[in-house]
Amino acid sequence: MSAIDVDVAIVGGGLIGCMTAFALCKRGRSVVVLERGRVGGESSGVSFGSLRLQGQHAVELPLALRAHEIWETIEEELGESIQFARHGHVHLALNDEHRARLESNARHGRAHGMDITLLDREMTLRRWPFLSDKVVAASWSTRDAVVNPRLVAPAFARAARRLGATIHEGIEVARVEQGGGRFIVHGRMRDGSEPVISSAALVNAAGAWSDTLAAQFGETIPLFAAGPAELVTEPIPPFAAPVMHVVDGSILFRQTDRGNVIIAGHPRMKVDAETRRARVPPDKILINLARLVAIVPRMRAHAVIRSWTGIEGYVEDMMPVLGPSSTTPGLYHACAFSGHGLQMGPAAAVAIAELIADGATTMPIAPFDIRRFYATGQQRTLSLAEEFQADVLPPRDGLVR
Amino acid sequence: MARVVVIGAGPAGIAAAEVLSRASVEVAVIDEAPRAGGQYHRAPAPGLALDMRRLLGTGYAAYETFHNDAASVCSRVDYRPGTLAWGVHGGAVHLASRGAAKALGYDALVLATGATDRIMPVPGWTLPGVFTLGGAQALLKDQGCLIGRRVVVCGSSPLLYLAAVQYLRAGGEIAAVIDTTRFADKLRALPDMLAAPRVLRDGLHHMAALKRRGVRIIHGATIDAFEGEERVGAVVCTPPNRMPLRIACDAVAYGHGLRPETQLAELAGCALRFDAAQRTHVPETDLDGRAGQGVYVAGDGGTIGGGQAAAVSGRLAAAAALSDLGATTNDVDLEAGRRMLQRLRRFQRGLATAFRWPGERAGQLDDAVILCRCENVTMGEVRAAIALEDGAAEVNRIKAATRCGMGRCQGRFCGPGLAEVAAISAQHPGSERDRLRVQAPIKPLPIALAEDVVP
Repeated sequence: MSAIDVDVAIVGGGLIGCMTAFALCKRGRSVVVLERGRVGGESSGVSFGSLRLQGQHAVELPLALRAHEIWETIEEELGESIQFARHGHVHLALNDEHRARLESNARHGRAHGMDITLLDREMTLRRWPFLSDKVVAASWSTRDAVVNPRLVAPAFARAARRLGATIHEGIEVARVEQGGGRFIVHGRMRDGSEPVISSAALVNAAGAWSDTLAAQFGETIPLFAAGPAELVTEPIPPFAAPVMHVVDGSILFRQTDRGNVIIAGHPRMKVDAETRRARVPPDKILINLARLVAIVPRMRAHAVIRSWTGIEGYVEDMMPVLGPSSTTPGLYHACAFSGHGLQMGPAAAVAIAELIADGATTMPIAPFDIRRFYATGQQRTLSLAEEFQADVLPPRDGLVR
Repeated sequence: MARVVVIGAGPAGIAAAEVLSRASVEVAVIDEAPRAGGQYHRAPAPGLALDMRRLLGTGYAAYETFHNDAASVCSRVDYRPGTLAWGVHGGAVHLASRGAAKALGYDALVLATGATDRIMPVPGWTLPGVFTLGGAQALLKDQGCLIGRRVVVCGSSPLLYLAAVQYLRAGGEIAAVIDTTRFADKLRALPDMLAAPRVLRDGLHHMAALKRRGVRIIHGATIDAFEGEERVGAVVCTPPNRMPLRIACDAVAYGHGLRPETQLAELAGCALRFDAAQRTHVPETDLDGRAGQGVYVAGDGGTIGGGQAAAVSGRLAAAAALSDLGATTNDVDLEAGRRMLQRLRRFQRGLATAFRWPGERAGQLDDAVILCRCENVTMGEVRAAIALEDGAAEVNRIKAATRCGMGRCQGRFCGPGLAEVAAISAQHPGSERDRLRVQAPIKPLPIALAEDVVP
């Protein structure tokens, strides 16, 4: 079979791959996206849907803010609705330690020009009377928004396709070779055919499976898979506009415009990236509902109708791997978003597109270089116990938990 | 002692529990309903003076025997009525009852979850006054209520004739029975249906009884619409080679046979396969109901087979579970049971011909017709989503894009119609197809249940 020749081959048709394809097409590059299953069919579509700025990690906030600028006009560019709504985001504190975090987040956010209001218990309960008095303080950030994550990757894929991108679904990347300064990607379709794609640049946007592709080029991404626990209720009359999020992530919820309440709660769960099937265990459902009722007693009158999760790729510093390969010219990583891919995706995509098209990017991506994993004595300061169940984290030496 | 959990107290569940209760295993029977019987042997609410002997006619003897057996079995096992099994995970069934959540571990799980109505949408099917056939029957047997004074019974199902006869016995008026399968197909199915002559005879009796009472029976008609403003006022149908007819009524009982409730089997890790004859996904089992993972499937929750087949398959599933647990039983004549089950299944194959699921209708319905009633998603919205996928639509993708199947029923009612629209768009209507994936809770779970859980 003759090779398909393109400027850029993107491995992975999740939201990062589709956004990157769209950004590259806008810069006149020919692009093919290679997706094993369906576009946006894995973790892209299953997230909580929050475009959160408040409380983003300090090193991620500059990129997150650039992403937000893109999000705010994206529906015009895409020519379709992805249910973008700027309802704001409220962090809730249940104790003094939480309150201190809100204050620290607010200082940091304001330094980046964000509009954040701190509320004490009385003000919080007056503003949102459905909350229980277990809430001791809140911080309200007005610019944060939500989208319907299920619609995002397909919408970007369609937009990219209109600009000339080829979106290949149902194609597994069997192996990648290099020759004549090009990448030779050997695909395998479900019907047994084996198309070959030749490209000048290759983007690793393979999400929870991106470590396998990186390994083919002698690079290590210390990736592990985990899943969020998501629940949704039947539609109920509107009562809560902003995303409500206990600052330790133990419970968060938002009401969609049509009335359903989406509920999530960390720590994230162990999922099986091999079988690619993941479910929320019933005990987890009950624990999260108990936490919800503790802060929103009125929710006891309603019913949950569905749960879901997905397979997300994480690294222990909870930051993406974003930028050029450390071993292979022409290879770029855009993966390991550690649950932050939806919000940061559009800026990450522009960064990769600029690197490929211009050789440099204005996006603040220096902290996300893959070489950070080769530094010795790396220590982490984030509390991973809040983020992951104990059985999720891989046993590793040299990192302090 | 090994624990066997049976889900469902209809004919399959009670038959399984009966066999299990005589072996040295601990038996729990979980039933969502407050009283044993399932849909097939549904009993009236306590204190309701409903003359079941008159209502059920020749079916009363089986009903009475079942309830005597059920009372005896339930007194010997850990029987938990009014309990929803809403999830299966890690070798335990998760239960919700009387405002409390519990988990029950099992060594073997017998799923006798039964079936629910299968509906092909038509214009007006969500109007007040339109009931599923099973729903109309449940109201009658459980509450002694009729769905209306002048009822059209329509669709295609052996239940059409049974429900119509029962409505007449209960004092209702049947405006018409409209069967969407042609009479010629019924004749074609006769050889298979002769496998169960007694059931066939009962069915013919019902048809004859309706004719004697002057009830109009229309074969092979297309249901065009249920009409009405505030509620249904008429059924419009087109008999073969005739002009459309408008039949006035104040209620409609509508259905196209049954669809197995396979959600718990899927959550328990059983493989599902597309069954071309029933045109639905069913758990992959051997003839005794072994589905792997310590799970056994009995009754209509595995293969639509009716009450008699359900009881036989319940006994076989129980014997298989006991044998796999090393607690053999001599009470079940396996060979005779398997022969009988095969015979009854042949009869059911005949029924699938005699009462056709009109899958092709999904391709003819107007864009304005509602497909998903929970989320109010129309055929047009679903077709638009399929078009955006270049026609190669997968049902879970359509669900994500349109919300079809995302509501309270989780696709239990719109799923079959959605599968047909997707199959027609993919131009392989008869072949293997996708299905909506299942997640817990399989039915709405009251959040109040979690209040006692320590967060």
